[in-house]
Amino acid sequence: MAEFLFWPALLAYGEAAVAYFGEARQPGRAGWAATWGVRIGWLVQTALLGVQAARSDGFPWSTWGGSLNLFVWLVVGAYLIWGCRPRYRLLGLAVLPLAVVLFALARIGGGTGTEGQSHYSNLFLVLHVGLVLAAFAGFTLAAGLSALYLWQERRLKRHERSILRVRAPALAKLDDVAARTIAFALPALTFGIAVGIVRLEDRGGGYDALMAVTVLTWAVYAGYLALRHFAGWRGRRAAYLVLAGFALVVVVRLALPVTHFAA
Amino acid sequence: MSVVLVGISHHQAPVELRERAALDPERARELARRLAGERGEAVCLSTCNRTELYLAEDSPDEAERKAEAALLALEEELGPSLYRLRDEAAALHLFRVAAGLDSMVPGEGEILGQVRGAHHLGATGPILDRLFRDALHAGKKARTETAIGESPASVSSAAAALAEQVFGELGGRSVLVVGAGEAGELAIKSLAARGAVIAFVANRTPERAQELTRRYGGTPLSLDRVAGNLEHVDVVLSSTSSPDWMLSRAEVERALHARRGRPLFLIDLAVPRDLDPAIHELDGCYLYDIDDLEAVVAETLAGRRREAERAESIVDAEAERFREWQASLDVVPAIASLRARAEEIRTAELDRAKLSGAERRAAESVTAAVLNKLLHLPTIRMKQAAAAADGVIYADAVRHLFGLEDER
Repeated sequence: MAEFLFWPALLAYGEAAVAYFGEARQPGRAGWAATWGVRIGWLVQTALLGVQAARSDGFPWSTWGGSLNLFVWLVVGAYLIWGCRPRYRLLGLAVLPLAVVLFALARIGGGTGTEGQSHYSNLFLVLHVGLVLAAFAGFTLAAGLSALYLWQERRLKRHERSILRVRAPALAKLDDVAARTIAFALPALTFGIAVGIVRLEDRGGGYDALMAVTVLTWAVYAGYLALRHFAGWRGRRAAYLVLAGFALVVVVRLALPVTHFAA
Repeated sequence: MSVVLVGISHHQAPVELRERAALDPERARELARRLAGERGEAVCLSTCNRTELYLAEDSPDEAERKAEAALLALEEELGPSLYRLRDEAAALHLFRVAAGLDSMVPGEGEILGQVRGAHHLGATGPILDRLFRDALHAGKKARTETAIGESPASVSSAAAALAEQVFGELGGRSVLVVGAGEAGELAIKSLAARGAVIAFVANRTPERAQELTRRYGGTPLSLDRVAGNLEHVDVVLSSTSSPDWMLSRAEVERALHARRGRPLFLIDLAVPRDLDPAIHELDGCYLYDIDDLEAVVAETLAGRRREAERAESIVDAEAERFREWQASLDVVPAIASLRARAEEIRTAELDRAKLSGAERRAAESVTAAVLNKLLHLPTIRMKQAAAAADGVIYADAVRHLFGLEDER
């Protein structure tokens, strides 16, 4: 059943990703098709996660592939909060192709079936994995918003003629929404890390490279919020800092989990 | 009844002629009443781009003559510029007008309100009421289903739309106006219409600055205090005739420290330019001069023209629906007579049967159902024939076969 639900979800996300390219070229019906593709894909993926949860004895997303599956669901779900608004559709151009690739990787990693088992307790996994993934989903969206900011800013700086034909959200709005997203995501990461450290202290065990990079990621985003508040960092500089933080998220998500999950 | 349109527009008549044929609302109402007379219908649509008289009468030739005479009474020289359209062509024209497809700037939004106003002031009956309602519907549909009216069509509205690209909604954003010329005032109107607040007006002559602040709010400033107030505003709008820079890169750069990363949008409508182009290189500063704005407008107008093609097909479909409705009017009296005759026979036969109360109710129900089923298909077929322009032939055949009398 879970395998059966994977393909329509992937197909819907894929359709949305293609439609977003169409929307960028010629705004109109393609945007509508893209929005519905995201909605349908997300609902089907929700059903997939539901089936996985129902059939699994423990937390079904504790593997690398499983956590990727949950991560995609969180990213697309968070995107849906703004993505339905016409101005924010262009953000889908960054988010949906990424979602398609990660969702396919989740399947390759065995994260879309119902076989996964974990020796960790459910409460720990829900708090640690759930909170960290939710935070990373927020950072991913903030990175998408910042990328859109830089693109829109470049168009304004270049005096592009098409700037009012292919409309993106206003610069101030993108800057503000990215900051708010990080302000929500950072506490989630803080608690997620804290839960992990408490368990580590309780059960014993060593620190690994993943943990160091995760703490560094936390420091970058905390620094972003501090610089924004105290030094008035806005605009291009702030957007680059968000993208730098996201590069660390990518490292944590894709490169290091093999070590961490193996531990 | 036929629909007749006689009018002038910006396509054939220069503004010198159009202004002499323009009608204020009161005169448009009076003229419509006079042209409609006892049994007819009339609407006068008068805007800065057109004066058009729509009449619905049994005699289209007579209606056309009356409308022509009314327009020529306004201005004798209109004759060569007049156009005359009837029925389908007149309806399609009005639908295109309501959708902004016949406007100087395709998709301009004001015309829809003007068509609505003309409808309210007109002496309408069933034909013109339906025509104008359908035209308003077509106009709205063209705007909601295409992007024909979305992009700005003037330099001043493009400047305001670009400011929105930086700040989002302009409500509460403050504007510093440098120079109080006519071009600047148009941009002030566009910004103020979107909620921006005019904070300061700086001008060489203080009287003109004060005049503008009286109308749009804000504080008058002398030109030497412009740079000092940059930290308090979000938009700078400059349109002086000065040969020198009103703001240099260094002056803006100094203000940026106090702005704590808030963006600054600068609009330079002056020729020669007022604002140092190097300002645009500063982080968080976006400077658009008149050439930049005109290039954006040219692109958006091209976009409007592309959308106009889509809007045309919407308008065509709506005009076709009106044509079918109008054609169905040819057969409506015959259908009504046929149904009345059938009902008359049914009632008479029921009366003759001398039934008890319960029997009568049962028979009423059965015979009404039989009648409705029997007449349903002929009614549909006659309406279809009317839409295909054979309505009159079918109506005559029904009248002949059933011996019907109706008002034609």
